[in-house]
Amino acid sequence: MKIAVTSLGQDLDSQMDPKFGRAAYILIVDTETLEFEAFDNSKNANAFKGAGIQAAAMVGNKGAKVLLTGHCGPKAFDTLDAVGIKVVNDVMGLVRTAVTEFDYDKAIFAKTADTDPYS
Amino acid sequence: MIISVASGKGGTGKTTVATNLSASLGEGVKILDCDVEEPNSHLFLNPQIEKTEPVFTPVPVIDEKKCSYCNKCVEICRYKSIAIIGKTILTFPELCHSCGGCMAVCPENAITEKGRELGEVAIGKSNNIDFIHGKLRVGEAMSPPLIEEVRSYIDPDIINVIDAPPGTSCPVIAAMKNTDFVLMVTEPTPFGLHDLKLGVAAVKLLGIPCGLVINRADIGNNDVKIYAEKENLPILLEIPFERRIAEVYSKGDLVVEKIPEWKEKFLELYREIENIVKKGQK
Repeated sequence: MKIAVTSLGQDLDSQMDPKFGRAAYILIVDTETLEFEAFDNSKNANAFKGAGIQAAAMVGNKGAKVLLTGHCGPKAFDTLDAVGIKVVNDVMGLVRTAVTEFDYDKAIFAKTADTDPYS
Repeated sequence: MIISVASGKGGTGKTTVATNLSASLGEGVKILDCDVEEPNSHLFLNPQIEKTEPVFTPVPVIDEKKCSYCNKCVEICRYKSIAIIGKTILTFPELCHSCGGCMAVCPENAITEKGRELGEVAIGKSNNIDFIHGKLRVGEAMSPPLIEEVRSYIDPDIINVIDAPPGTSCPVIAAMKNTDFVLMVTEPTPFGLHDLKLGVAAVKLLGIPCGLVINRADIGNNDVKIYAEKENLPILLEIPFERRIAEVYSKGDLVVEKIPEWKEKFLELYREIENIVKKGQK
């Protein structure tokens, strides 16, 4: 399964970025093989509106089923929810650890956004 | 004649100046309260509202049957109000600025518009003054199209006084642009001066002649006057920090009605504005 992880750097040994829409990078990682693609999110990170929506659309178009991040705003959440992508908030530490420790059956998925708009 | 009454800082006395200026001039004046987030000219003018109309802004509706998922609408939208993920189409009407770009680029003609309610416009009369104001819907963030709607009631053959919102962002520009004169209301404090400078910078970008009213003129310091002289901004009226004036204001009354000598001062203010505008036209 492919999962998206917000990251401060471009590889699995980077620290996670607590932001989603305005994360530095978004890594799409295959949980079986740990193969990954890193997407530079700087265009979204500097966007003045709609960063979360764009990031969510990218994650959706890359075929990820789950997003691991720190916080996810309402428009990003609605966008992910519309295409059935589950969100796990409050994940910290290294991207690699987050991916290897992730267990779909035990994970607590967010039911709503956990931040206000534009924060 | 279109005069916009603006300020950088809030609470300097825009509404006091706009309502008293309008009431002094009387017949043949229209006041347009464009401070649509918190309109309050009506508190001083007590207009008889004759008509209230909802105001809508167009937002896109995408026909999924016609959409070929080409993504062109997503790419043109500066406000990211459309997202396409696979074959799921999402729109975020609250982000849309109603530019119509998505409809223009759609090769399938899959996009039509529907109205999203922004607020309302109320039209009435206060004695012999024409009164219009806009009232933004609670929760709505998009005020410029509503301000444009209020401004559509401008009558170029008479004197129009626009009560602008504070600040220097889009709603203020929407209220000030294409007016003949901007009357900036300020106060002689560091806060007044700081925000006045921002306001004047915005007015300069718009290329509109500008003059100052200093409210509570006998408090604070002299820095606003030094700045005005340096920038060549005429000080057209000074209103002192006087108990009588404050009492009239606090009761929601007009200074020009309760303290008649102020009527002449506001009429003189108008004559000076008229002179500056005429000089600029030559």
